[in-house]
Amino acid sequence: MEIEESFLYTKEHEWVSIEDNIATMGITDYAQEALGDVTYVELPEIDTEVEQFEQFVSVESVKAASDIYAPMGGKVTEVNHKLEDNPALINKDCFGKGWIAKIEVRDTDESTNLMSAEEYRNYLESLH
Amino acid sequence: MSVETSLYSTPLADVHAALGAKMVGFGGWNMPLQYESILAEWEHNRRTVSLFDCSHMGEFMIKGDAKACGLDTIVVQTIADMPVNTCRYGAMLNEAGGVIDDLIVYRKGPQDWMIVVNAANIEKNARHFRAHLNSNAQFEDASFKTAKLDVQGPQSRDVLKVLAPGIEKLAYYTFGQFQIKGIPCLISRTGYTGELGYEIYCSWEKCKEIWQNILDNATVKPTGLGVRDVLRVEMCYSLYGHELGEDISPREAGLDKFIDGKKDFIGARALSARHLKRTIGYFISASRKSPRAGNKIFDAAGSEIGVVTSGTFSPALQVGIGIGFMNRHSKDAGIEIFFGDEKSKTAATVAKRPFYKNGSLKS
Repeated sequence: MEIEESFLYTKEHEWVSIEDNIATMGITDYAQEALGDVTYVELPEIDTEVEQFEQFVSVESVKAASDIYAPMGGKVTEVNHKLEDNPALINKDCFGKGWIAKIEVRDTDESTNLMSAEEYRNYLESLH
Repeated sequence: MSVETSLYSTPLADVHAALGAKMVGFGGWNMPLQYESILAEWEHNRRTVSLFDCSHMGEFMIKGDAKACGLDTIVVQTIADMPVNTCRYGAMLNEAGGVIDDLIVYRKGPQDWMIVVNAANIEKNARHFRAHLNSNAQFEDASFKTAKLDVQGPQSRDVLKVLAPGIEKLAYYTFGQFQIKGIPCLISRTGYTGELGYEIYCSWEKCKEIWQNILDNATVKPTGLGVRDVLRVEMCYSLYGHELGEDISPREAGLDKFIDGKKDFIGARALSARHLKRTIGYFISASRKSPRAGNKIFDAAGSEIGVVTSGTFSPALQVGIGIGFMNRHSKDAGIEIFFGDEKSKTAATVAKRPFYKNGSLKS
């Protein structure tokens, strides 16, 4: 199970990387493995305002649909349009080319509600 | 992956574990969902050949004359005229005309029958047979000693004829007695994928050897129930608990052609009296977004006209596909509908069955 050391994590298996107030987010290796082949990603509209931990994306695999939550509150400024034709990018490179959305962060203090890579690793172990 | 202890296991449970299968509870059984990925397994089945463990399914052995022993009045399909070594799909109904289970009748001899039923229904089905067969019938529930391995895909005949010479002569929905490495088995040319395929019935004790002998051929890949469901939805085959159930008429479910209208069977009277308000329909999503069981179906004006019973992403069509019960006036191919809920609706078009038209089923 891969974990990106410099990213922060949620209990719902989203990752986030915050730079200059912009949070880039996606789902973790654990999440893509559990979902299986991703067949569709319902992306949010640009400028949508989201609260931290609010459902704002839906990811579908062959057999099921899963809700994805915003790791930070703010305004959606960009989405990964490549996922529309190639949702398998999430399976192939979940921490890189399979990113889902960018959020302009409203309150950077919200990051204290997230886990570090080490905390997330321990959390994954606690699930087994 | 944790395993619920209350689930039954097939004799191949440790084989699936060794192959790294992701396991899932299905119909009371702990079964392999997938070994690799559903899309990879789909590709392999449609292009090459796959091996499925379907030992969870039930097998009943019945001895007696079709009519005198009562079997003929239990099942909806014609069986008295079946030639030996043929099988026939159908169902059995409750008195109200609802489907207790769908099943396949195998005629092994003039008075020798095998009935293959769904795993989740084994116990209630056995009770129904015991209650309705006449005292001159012999009934045995052989489900927990009969394994079933499905070899399915365009290359299934080439793979299997090496192990069981003679199977290449089997016509669609016929079967025979064969041996694989000296192990006796019944092999029928049947399946649930829409591809050329065979179902192998053998003893629980010996099924591991047969499984391994088939997998020794490098063109064969083990395949889970996840893709089996995708394959059957692409073919518009019904699944008990989705398109079939005790409160669903087989006529609503589109099984008319399997029902013998000339004979008297349990549920027949209720069936002829029952007015059909809805019927089964098939539809293709306008996008990769897939319908899911329980989604509502709406007409173009936004009125609710039905419910989705099965839905999946179709690797063949690269969009979502669905099956559902719909208002009778909306089931014709080409009609625009929507699926989803009041908040989020996705456009779709009613289609003719099957979704997948290029299968090797009858090749």
